[in-house]
Amino acid sequence: MSLGAALVHFIRWRYTSGMDTDKSLHRSSAEALVVEGLHKSFGNEEVLRGVSLLANEGDVLSIIGASGSGKSTLLRCINLLEQPSSGEIRIGGEQILFTTRRGHRVPADMKQVQRLRTRLGMVFQSFNLWSHMTVQQNVMEVPRHVLGVSKTEAAERAEHYLNRVGLWDKREQYPAYLSGGQQQRAAIARALAIQPRVMLFDEPTSALDPELVGEVLKVIHDLANEGRTMILVTHEMKFARDVSTQVIFLHQGLVEESGSPRQVFYEPVSDRCRAFVSSIH
Amino acid sequence: MQWYWIPEYAPRFIDGVIVTLQLLGISVVLGMLLAIPIGLVQVTGPRWLAIPARMFCTLIRGTPLLIQLWLLYYGLGSLFPMIPEIRESFLWPILRDAFPYAVLAFTLSVAGYEGEVMRGAFRGVPKGELEAARAFGMGRFTLLRRIWLPRALQNVLPTLAGEFVLTLKSTPLAATITVFDVYGVGSIVRQETYRVYEPLLFVAAIYVCLTAVIVVFFRWLERRVPRPA
Repeated sequence: MSLGAALVHFIRWRYTSGMDTDKSLHRSSAEALVVEGLHKSFGNEEVLRGVSLLANEGDVLSIIGASGSGKSTLLRCINLLEQPSSGEIRIGGEQILFTTRRGHRVPADMKQVQRLRTRLGMVFQSFNLWSHMTVQQNVMEVPRHVLGVSKTEAAERAEHYLNRVGLWDKREQYPAYLSGGQQQRAAIARALAIQPRVMLFDEPTSALDPELVGEVLKVIHDLANEGRTMILVTHEMKFARDVSTQVIFLHQGLVEESGSPRQVFYEPVSDRCRAFVSSIH
Repeated sequence: MQWYWIPEYAPRFIDGVIVTLQLLGISVVLGMLLAIPIGLVQVTGPRWLAIPARMFCTLIRGTPLLIQLWLLYYGLGSLFPMIPEIRESFLWPILRDAFPYAVLAFTLSVAGYEGEVMRGAFRGVPKGELEAARAFGMGRFTLLRRIWLPRALQNVLPTLAGEFVLTLKSTPLAATITVFDVYGVGSIVRQETYRVYEPLLFVAAIYVCLTAVIVVFFRWLERRVPRPA
């Protein structure tokens, strides 16, 4: 049995033995996202050196680690904003196919990649809302023009999810006129509106003024509580501890420590992990 | 100052304004349709498209419009009649006329200048917004149509207004190849009445009005699109 597979079994065991009955109502053990042996190099620099992870339906998996540990790159490899040098990715049981073209490993079928991307709701550090569209148009854009749902349904989704993040009254505004916290909540609504299997958060509060962090974390917390599958790259240690079902500590492109929040934050095996998480004690 | 000739020539001036507006309108629309791909391939295209696009922009911007116009009309336009197949083809009535050569020259000019503007405009769209579109599974064409192009045009709308005003004011060059635009009609008045300055002032006033129309139209357009962040 490979190390990666052993890790997966371990995480599964920790997860199933530790979960409370209330949340389990929303969860099944179906795998939502699997990453196996992911490597990524930028030139000669190897940023990820064989990372594996598994998220089942309803898992909230937080990835923590120092700057440059490869957290964001890992997340960006999952939806192929970066091309992994090697390794496998499975989304809802479907494996992303790769081929080699002129010495580079590239997706074999962009149509497949585009289809799988619509199952991943990405939230960026710098929001990346489309500034030529109102908040409501931003939320309706992907359902309308990528998923091909009717205008009526896209509008219904926009209303539902903008209410969800408390921005329905700002629907006619352009992103430039919103605060950072409001923009990030709008970006979360945009990601929710595609009704993804997995939400991906790439340091969603790192670009925010401190007083605006709370409103965004509250929205993410609510999503976690309703049993949504999420992968969260974050510097907010306390938050990761409170919402996660599993935590992964990355160090120099490798999984240095992983397990339940209790284990990673209070009983870490690795010294580096202990030193890193000591800030929250 | 004597203006007695205005009523007599008014219908011809109206025709002239229509010719000027047709020349400007067709050239701007066709020119922009060319400028968009010319700008785009320089930002994202393969080298075998990017290099010719850049060369085209340099060539057009590096030579006087008057010379381009004359080369097309007197050069190309005098070659065609020598070829019997062309003289006998259904295209001949078009190729015999000066107006299409003016449209071609101005279209290429707009394409060259605005291709350069669009190159900057496409490059200026924040990478994150394009990345977001890709991350949600948007294909290349949808991304261009829905995000990249509108976002790029939004950035350069004020620049384009100025560029189109400049194009308007270079349209009198077409009179040198016998296209009777507003300026051409003014020249006729000068020849027939021997008044020198009045027709020039009158024509200048018409250009001011046309410029005002372009400026007001773009102001209205700018108000309708949101300011970029």
